[in-house]
Amino acid sequence: MALPLFPPERDPGPDFAGLLRLTTERGEAPARPFETGAGGGGTGGGASPLQVTHGTTVVALRHAEGVVMAGDRRATAGNIIAHNAMEKVFPADRYSAIAIAGTAGMAMEMVRLFQVQLEHYEKVEGSTLSLEGKANQLAQMVRSHLPLAMQGLAVVPLFAGYDTARGTGRIFNYDVTGGHYEDTDFQATGSGGRDARNTVKLSWREGLSRDEAVNLAIQSLYDAADEDSATGGPDLVRGIYPIIAVVDAEGYREVPEEEVAERFGALIARKQAERTAL
Amino acid sequence: MSMPYYVSPEQVMKDRAEYAQKGIARGRSLVATTYDLGIAMVAENPSRSLHKISEIYDRIAFGGVGKYNEYDQLRVAGVRHADTKGFAFSREDVDARSLANLYAQYLGNVFTHEMKPLEVEVLVAELDDTESQLYHIAYEGTINDHDRFAVLGGEAETITERVEAAWQADWDMAASIQAATSALAGPDRTLGAGDLEVAILSRGNGRRTFRRVQGPELAQLLA
Repeated sequence: MALPLFPPERDPGPDFAGLLRLTTERGEAPARPFETGAGGGGTGGGASPLQVTHGTTVVALRHAEGVVMAGDRRATAGNIIAHNAMEKVFPADRYSAIAIAGTAGMAMEMVRLFQVQLEHYEKVEGSTLSLEGKANQLAQMVRSHLPLAMQGLAVVPLFAGYDTARGTGRIFNYDVTGGHYEDTDFQATGSGGRDARNTVKLSWREGLSRDEAVNLAIQSLYDAADEDSATGGPDLVRGIYPIIAVVDAEGYREVPEEEVAERFGALIARKQAERTAL
Repeated sequence: MSMPYYVSPEQVMKDRAEYAQKGIARGRSLVATTYDLGIAMVAENPSRSLHKISEIYDRIAFGGVGKYNEYDQLRVAGVRHADTKGFAFSREDVDARSLANLYAQYLGNVFTHEMKPLEVEVLVAELDDTESQLYHIAYEGTINDHDRFAVLGGEAETITERVEAAWQADWDMAASIQAATSALAGPDRTLGAGDLEVAILSRGNGRRTFRRVQGPELAQLLA
């Protein structure tokens, strides 16, 4: 390895993906992820015959202080449960979170690249990207993944964060082409996304507190697991619960597992009480 | 046929070294020292935006003195090296020693092969649980490692004496920053928060240990 110095006309600036491309050309970096035009010769359309691991349901909703993001823990490969403790919600940087649905291997790599990209920009430029800028960066990564998505290896992230300039939480939803759409209130994606979104839609209102938002996220994942076989519910036997993260003015924090367990316990107790009351 | 003048290699190197030293001496100095919870770096720098001290990676910081555009180019190269290495392997595999070696190679190469040497000295500081390391790389590629403190810049010798006199093992952040400040200032001047750029690598900061100490916090520390 030599010091990565470039002549001014080829300097990648704060773009980490561009830097990886240049170092690959010099034969120094082993990988070239999310390269446009990679994996040529695809048939297009159609599902992949490969039984690759897929992540499933993630949901994000805005509340009075910021956003709550949650994801179940199940990963499937065809009709097999590939993992029962997968993490799908990650910090992107201090004030934003990314959750993934779709082909797990690609999605994890995309998250890793995205995390490094945001930190790289911050260090090279000496300032952080705006939330909108981060969302656009992610869109470019999803867009450059399109050829593989056409072969059935789609990755659909959900991005949410606290906009320090506006003082509010914001949510961005993506499609496989890199199209990104801001959702003012809530969004869910993945196989159980529709069910989760329906639950949130019924109870969401402006000015939810953080606790109410966490409860609503829990309720929505519970309902999604009820309807969708690829979404995992709370695993009381092994003590595996969905990952729930809060992003607000104080930054990204994961809700402690005990608290999530407690809230699920309360939800299940309520459901049981409703049944016996009938 | 005219013969080119013969200049001995000794003379060429001497001229280049003198040129680089002059360039470095025009700028202000930098002191880095270990303290009980990490590493403190203090530079005389009235600018709020053109930094001498920056973050390279989770536990690695960069300090540069001399010509801004030259050391800033090295800083960005360091960030690029660390981030690509961490991405290709793992975050734990990024270390200061290999980066310091790359800087030394590059500076040495430029010094011997190019017309103009780089007028910079750089510092690569790495925080470690047991022993922190400070790599000081000079304009001609000489590399020195220190485990207590390092001084960069034109007046390095006199400042080193002052730091040496004040240095204590396991002093706290405030004491180390105050001592570094008075060593930079010397007996005849006093430096305030507005003349300084201060940053720390601290074990209490989580994954990214780098933090700038600035504004009211710095003023209070120096008061």
